[in-house]
Amino acid sequence: MSMIEFHAISKTYGSGEAEVRALDQVDFAVEQGDFIAVMGPSGSGKSTTMNIIGCLDTPSSGQYLLMGQEVGGLDRDQRALLRRNFLGFIFQGFNLLSRTTALENVELPLVYQGVAPDERRARALEALDKVGLGSRAEHQPSMLSGGQQQRVAIARAIVTRPQLILADEPTGNLDSARSREIMELLRQLNRDEGMTVLMVTHEPDMAAYATRVATFVDGRLQSDVRQDAV
Amino acid sequence: MLFETFRLALLTVARNKLRSFLTVLGIVIGVASVIAMVTVGQGSTAAVQSDVASLGSNLLMLRPGQPGRGPGGGQNDATPLSAADAEALLAEIPDLVAVTPVATRTQNVVYGDVTQTVTVSGTDNAYFPVRGWTLSQGRMFTEQELRAGTPVCVLGTTTAKALIGEGNPVGIQIRVGKITCEVVGMLTRREASTFGQDDNDTVIMPLTAFQRRISGNRNVSSISVTFADGLAAEAVTPKIQALMRERRGLTDDKADDFNVFDMKQISSMLTGITGTLTGLLSAVAGISLLVGGIGIMNIMLVSVTERTREIGIRMAIGATEGQVLMQFLVEAVVLSLIGGFLGVVLGLGLGWAGSVALDVGFAPDWRVTVAAFVFSALVGVVFGYFPARRAARLDPIEALRHQ
Ligand SMILES: Nc1ncnc2c1ncn2[C@@H]1O[C@H](COP(=O)(O)OP(=O)(O)OP(=O)(O)O)[C@@H](O)[C@H]1O
Ligand SMILES: [Mg+2]
Repeated sequence: MSMIEFHAISKTYGSGEAEVRALDQVDFAVEQGDFIAVMGPSGSGKSTTMNIIGCLDTPSSGQYLLMGQEVGGLDRDQRALLRRNFLGFIFQGFNLLSRTTALENVELPLVYQGVAPDERRARALEALDKVGLGSRAEHQPSMLSGGQQQRVAIARAIVTRPQLILADEPTGNLDSARSREIMELLRQLNRDEGMTVLMVTHEPDMAAYATRVATFVDGRLQSDVRQDAV
Repeated sequence: MLFETFRLALLTVARNKLRSFLTVLGIVIGVASVIAMVTVGQGSTAAVQSDVASLGSNLLMLRPGQPGRGPGGGQNDATPLSAADAEALLAEIPDLVAVTPVATRTQNVVYGDVTQTVTVSGTDNAYFPVRGWTLSQGRMFTEQELRAGTPVCVLGTTTAKALIGEGNPVGIQIRVGKITCEVVGMLTRREASTFGQDDNDTVIMPLTAFQRRISGNRNVSSISVTFADGLAAEAVTPKIQALMRERRGLTDDKADDFNVFDMKQISSMLTGITGTLTGLLSAVAGISLLVGGIGIMNIMLVSVTERTREIGIRMAIGATEGQVLMQFLVEAVVLSLIGGFLGVVLGLGLGWAGSVALDVGFAPDWRVTVAAFVFSALVGVVFGYFPARRAARLDPIEALRHQ
């Protein structure tokens, strides 16, 4: 059983004349342990794919199985629970809560899981240590550099020990040195922690870290190749 | 989790202190006015009711002046009343049990180095039963003193206390205006005030002494009358009016130039007015609570819009609709509870100040206080629900894309 299976997934926005086919009959599978780079020109449907996999959006047609479970029939709260327990998100814009310390940001997913305060704190500190920011736990996002903010966001994504990390252009706002740090971190999570990583990127340098590259064009999966990571 | 939500809400509220304060101002004013109104209202109702109770039963009061003026008005060019009027009333109307003429004037009363400004009344012994007074010390006036105009007096407890402190004033000599007066008795204290004046702050002396030594004329300010049990004020009043018209030589074409007041009726009317006022002002307070609630709703809607991205992040991380709803609802309730608390404190303070100013006794109603508090929480729930639901229903992708 694959971790993720897309069977003829389509997503359309609008209707009639204004209809946009963001995804067109996509068949796609993600295996446990993959580190996939999703590439393609702007508007090709990469983010749409990520949102559907992340249970933030629903396909217009087709079947989506997450760990063997049909997601199509689930309501908003059930999808929220899937996100809470199996998925970790990393965004291009970091998306940390402002005026909230790094530690509190990282604790947030555990708050929703109902983890007791002491354990929550310990696990959040552990996650911050993993991304090399243990000493910045009490800093607010405004006091951190972009690269540091993204690492806090990664800590927040992994603190629940999710099976799958979804990252939509995680290095889009960072310079190349900072980007490589983030990629090293993702690769380490993939290799050492056994987390499956799905990452959208425009940059071939970043895609080189992945073990698999999926390329979208016009809402279709054009190519899907395995590679040796750098 | 709920505790966590409360902590978070408090943090958010504390982060925007000025905005939060302005937001809850409507609730503060609403709750404060309800509590201040009810406190002062109940205090003055209680005061008026004890006035009613302290007035002798079946009491009418006769004053010179045009009808239609309040008990305080009426000092005009109308012929003054006299002690003879009082005697005639008692002699010619069998319904009347007791009649007492009263002349009053404000005087400085001095004992040692203490000076007290007091309403001094000149009257006779019928005054005590008619006005519902008994003596706690000494005696009333003798026939001899009343006839001769001997300068003797009976003190109210407040006056006595001001002059000599605790203790029995009987036997001391005090100065009342320009005359020296021997104290022969003291009234029993009663908890009552008439239109804000302490009844116990009074000096009573024989009418003849008052007229000769203080007022210098033979006028009396009012005549108080009690009528027999079982009769109605409405039946007795016309008889008094008829006799007085005759005595004052009013022809049929002339209107009354005196008033007969039913004191009980005035008191109960005052109670009614107080009640109506309390009701009216409570309605105003209710409206301001409503406006306060709308203020909270408005600011919560603004807050939801401002924090759309935060909501998206929370949803991506795994917050359910219910958890987002709860977060904003609790925030609204925390806001309105803070407003309610400030309102209660302010309202009790204003109520206390008002009670002191009107001299009516501080009577906070704890049920109303608790109700106002609960009601303000309810305002938070009701007016916070719509913005909270809007937050909970946001589409996570849209929310994350916001700005
Ligand atoms: N909410 C929406 N309403 C209408 N059209 C949309 C919406 N979201 C996406 N689309 C359209 O769907 C198509 C795919 O969008 P998507 O965001 O998946 O592209 P992408 O591959 O992520 O592009 P980029 O590299 O620029 O991020 C685009 O043509 C886009 O305009
Ligand atoms: Mg995109």
